[in-house]
Amino acid sequence: MKDQLKKITEEALARISESGTLDEINDIRVEFLGKKGRITSIMKNMKDVAPEDRPAFGQLVNEAKQRAEEAIEKARNELQTKAMESRLAAESIDVTLPATKMRTGHRHPCQIALDEVERIFVGMGYEVVEGPEIEYQEYNFTKLNIPEGHPARDEQDTFYINDEILLRSQTSPVQARVMERGKLPIRMIAPGRVFRSDSIDATHSPSFHQIEGLVVDKHITMTDLKGTLTQFARELFGENTQTRFRPHHFNFTEPSAEVDVSCFKCGGKGCRFCKNEGWIEILGCGMVHPNVLSMCGVDPNEYTGFAFGVGLERIAILKYEIDDMRLLYENDYRFLRQF
Amino acid sequence: MNTPLSWIKDYVPELDCTAKEYADKMTLAGTKVERFEVLDKNLKNIVIGKLLDVAPHPDATKLVVCKVNVGDVKADGVDAEGNVQIVTGAPNITKDVIGVLVPVVLDGGKVAGGHDGGALPEDGIEIHTGKLRGVVSYGMMCSVEELGSDRNAFPLAPESGIYIFPEDVIRELDLKPGMSAISAFGMDDVVVEYEITSNRVDCYSVIGIAREAAAVFDKEFILPKVEENGSDEDVHDFLKVTVEDADLCPRYTARMVKNIRFAPSPEWMQKRLRNAGIRPINNLVDITNFVMLEYGQPMHAFDYDTLEGHEIVVKTAKDGDTFQTLDGQMRNLDHTVLMINDGAKAVGIAGIMGGENSKITEEVRNVVFESANFNGVNIRLSAKKIGMRTDASSIFEKGLDPATTVQAVNRACELVEELNCGEVVGGMIDIYPEPETARSIIFEPDRINSLLGTSIPQDEMLRIFKKLELVYHPMTHEIAIPSFRRDLLETCDLAEEVLRFHGYDKIEDTLPVGEATTGRLSYKLRVDAVARTAAEYAGFSHAMTYAFESPKAFDMLNIPADDELRKAVVISNPLGEDFSIMRTQPLNAMLTALSFNYNHRNENVWLYDMANIYLPKSLPLTELPDEREQLTLGGYGSNIDFFVLKGVVEEIFAQLGVKDRMELKADCSRPYFHPGRKADIYYGGKLVGYMGEIHPTVADKYGFKSDARVYIAILDMPTVTEMATFDRYYEGVARFPAVSRDISMLVPKNVTAGDIEHVLMQRGGKLLEDFKLFDIYEGLQVATGFKSMAYSLVFRAKDHTLTDDEVNSVMKKILNGLNALEIQLRS
Repeated sequence: MKDQLKKITEEALARISESGTLDEINDIRVEFLGKKGRITSIMKNMKDVAPEDRPAFGQLVNEAKQRAEEAIEKARNELQTKAMESRLAAESIDVTLPATKMRTGHRHPCQIALDEVERIFVGMGYEVVEGPEIEYQEYNFTKLNIPEGHPARDEQDTFYINDEILLRSQTSPVQARVMERGKLPIRMIAPGRVFRSDSIDATHSPSFHQIEGLVVDKHITMTDLKGTLTQFARELFGENTQTRFRPHHFNFTEPSAEVDVSCFKCGGKGCRFCKNEGWIEILGCGMVHPNVLSMCGVDPNEYTGFAFGVGLERIAILKYEIDDMRLLYENDYRFLRQF
Repeated sequence: MNTPLSWIKDYVPELDCTAKEYADKMTLAGTKVERFEVLDKNLKNIVIGKLLDVAPHPDATKLVVCKVNVGDVKADGVDAEGNVQIVTGAPNITKDVIGVLVPVVLDGGKVAGGHDGGALPEDGIEIHTGKLRGVVSYGMMCSVEELGSDRNAFPLAPESGIYIFPEDVIRELDLKPGMSAISAFGMDDVVVEYEITSNRVDCYSVIGIAREAAAVFDKEFILPKVEENGSDEDVHDFLKVTVEDADLCPRYTARMVKNIRFAPSPEWMQKRLRNAGIRPINNLVDITNFVMLEYGQPMHAFDYDTLEGHEIVVKTAKDGDTFQTLDGQMRNLDHTVLMINDGAKAVGIAGIMGGENSKITEEVRNVVFESANFNGVNIRLSAKKIGMRTDASSIFEKGLDPATTVQAVNRACELVEELNCGEVVGGMIDIYPEPETARSIIFEPDRINSLLGTSIPQDEMLRIFKKLELVYHPMTHEIAIPSFRRDLLETCDLAEEVLRFHGYDKIEDTLPVGEATTGRLSYKLRVDAVARTAAEYAGFSHAMTYAFESPKAFDMLNIPADDELRKAVVISNPLGEDFSIMRTQPLNAMLTALSFNYNHRNENVWLYDMANIYLPKSLPLTELPDEREQLTLGGYGSNIDFFVLKGVVEEIFAQLGVKDRMELKADCSRPYFHPGRKADIYYGGKLVGYMGEIHPTVADKYGFKSDARVYIAILDMPTVTEMATFDRYYEGVARFPAVSRDISMLVPKNVTAGDIEHVLMQRGGKLLEDFKLFDIYEGLQVATGFKSMAYSLVFRAKDHTLTDDEVNSVMKKILNGLNALEIQLRS
């Protein structure tokens, strides 16, 4: 009986080790370990075993069963691993094949530049506001200290609808509108479309965008203006950007300045990009003229303020190295897709 | 404004700096140097030579071999006596001119350009000893073109050939062989071009800039001292002046010169004019130009003998008057144009141009110098009206200092005597009925410092003011403002003066302190940003288009003649018809952009534009129009159709938190769309936009071929913004099972999916969670006049598992509703 058990067990182990598929393994399991399996069946012959040997024999059968089970389990694992390996091998792909393109659109470079500028000023506590593009001359000029007869009002520069209404030539009228609301202090930027009577060429467009900035509060100073714009330039053009303030003249600010940034191409050494000057002009600014404050209902004895105006196209052209302004308005997809 | 640096140095003799230093410092103090040109940057080793001999060339008829003496200059080929052999082909170098002085460039030297006067090479042209047809030439005699100049600047230069120094110049400058020809030409100079801001009228003059330069470099400024000169005669005995319109002519100053002797002006004056870009003409003209540059005061000279009644009357023209200006043109005038008249007729347009009838010719014997102050605004408007902007008018229009008229006319008369150009009559006519009162500003150093954020000591401020000729009166604490500083009116103006000279770069960088403010975008801008982002993720690229367009756009878009859309805001002075109206619809701009891409063979282009249309409330415009922002989505190509675009619109609304279901109504009149592929877009019963396929005839006008289909959707952002919300609430996930039912229908052709869905929504009640069209078919197996449609419906209750009875009862309601549309169920 013992021999028979040994023989069967050996046969089972041999068959398991020879088996090549999971089905075969299952069959072997049924044949040897099933209810009527050959190892299981040996137990039925227990009555032929001397009673004193029965416990030992029982144990032998169990051991045999366990060995067979373990062998089956091991073989099954091996087969499963092999099957997985061969599946994975069959499924391998050439990862260098081209990607399936996601069709997403592209943001206009001017909008990207505007988003940047807005992010910087919103971070500094500025509100972003808008004003009308078709505007009263009163707001575009008079309230900005540009009196009747001033050359800035010239028809050569400004598109007029009639004597009173025009296409705003600057975003500065938004300053006047915000001050008139009477809510102080003010920290705002006003981006928007402006219009000037310039023919279209590589550096001009009859319609472009400006971003106006205005801060009005008690004790606002020229050093605040300088610090604010220096910080802005660094955020926009990089930490190492230097700024240079040059005296200038605008009717609605006094003192006024134009601001240059160190050429971000050559770092200020002078190159073709900055026309060898090392500096690139980016904006105009100044302390809000007391006449403007009082015309807009703010007491210049109590409040001071600063204002600035940036050309959005100019920023985009500089930042993204666009060599022709016309590209910004042709909307050629080959251009737009690069942003 | 172009000014030679040498002229500035006449008034600031101690000025000693390189051109670059000058440009940088002036710029940082507010007198912006646009650029400067070192006139002799490409000139080297050019000396004065005396032509000693001209001999024929042995092998060339057009060349001559010259012997030239260059004094004690050492260079290749120059012998012990200073003689050097030079071969030239210049037509004006012949035996006849032996003995003249000419500019000579010697071996190793450099000239600026070729003899033909073409574009100048960047680095000039080096000259070396060489052979011309076998004969050695140790250098070259030069034309003005080779020096980088032209005959405009040197009227006496020959049209083609070597420049020969005129006798007068040789005498005046005491020229000798071997001296630098570069300085004889006045080319050892730097021409500086400034951008003068409109407030600094005083800086449109050499004196004004010199005064700034003196202050910037802290050097002494020496104003030319001008005495009133002239004979014992009195101008009042010769001439009578009446100013009828003192508003337009606040000051009129005149003097007289008799017995004019015309001659070229001396070289020192010609050099100044030349380097400032003004062509020297003759002494009289040169004097007026010189004084205009020096003082920034335009002057005019009248022929005294043609002035009828020897009288000048300043008054406005009459409507309809015409006048011939000295350029021979007839000019139309009106009652706002100020004229200079004699006793009988007009002789000049004040401040703009003189008349043909009193023009100065070289036969003139006696002249009247007019040095007047005119109202700048009036001059500007008149110049524009008449259609000519002259050097004089462009200066007058800035609004000049009335004090300058006297200084300038006296300077001119002084120069007349100095140049021996005529006899100055004593006395001056000066009509100045309302002299300007002296201005002053209270000196408040604390206010200046608090505006600037600085603590600049009072002493430093006063030192700056002193340099600028702003005089402090300690008793009254007032700063007296000289009349030429027309820009200084109040404390903030003084603050700028302080800062300019203290240095904009010297003040600190601070940030505003005080009440904190919240940085934010307006609600509208936040909605815009979400809509933009959604459009971009859906595949649309951001286009930027112009707000103005041609009225022809309406015809392009098939918009009827009487349509409201044609009521557009019109620009009165447009760049041209193509930019003359403010758009009332965004279709044309989008189609133009798409068409550009289509014509450039860009495939499958999808664009979006977010910009205003302008709808006038009434025309002509009396109040601002309604500016409505439109989100325009447009595309063409194989991967877009009506339903793709519809899906994008739905997604944009979903992103904006709009929960309503989109409804499209095809019964709209949109003539630019395909009549069978168009719709108005509704959400929650509100019209929010419209979409469709562009009508083939419209597409054709924009250059699309007949097989190209163009789709556009337009959303009215103010309406969208009202619906949009950033609020989101969790509604839970379904916890009870859904029941789904499919219905398959035979639908009359005229019943739309919208009609069916309307029934589903209305009758499905709360239990109908969702529905979806999964099949639509028209064709052979379907009866004519019908289509087959199949929907799958999903029912679910929030709080319990639905029973069949519940679902059946809702289904029954739905089916009844569908029956009413004459829809039959298919089994």
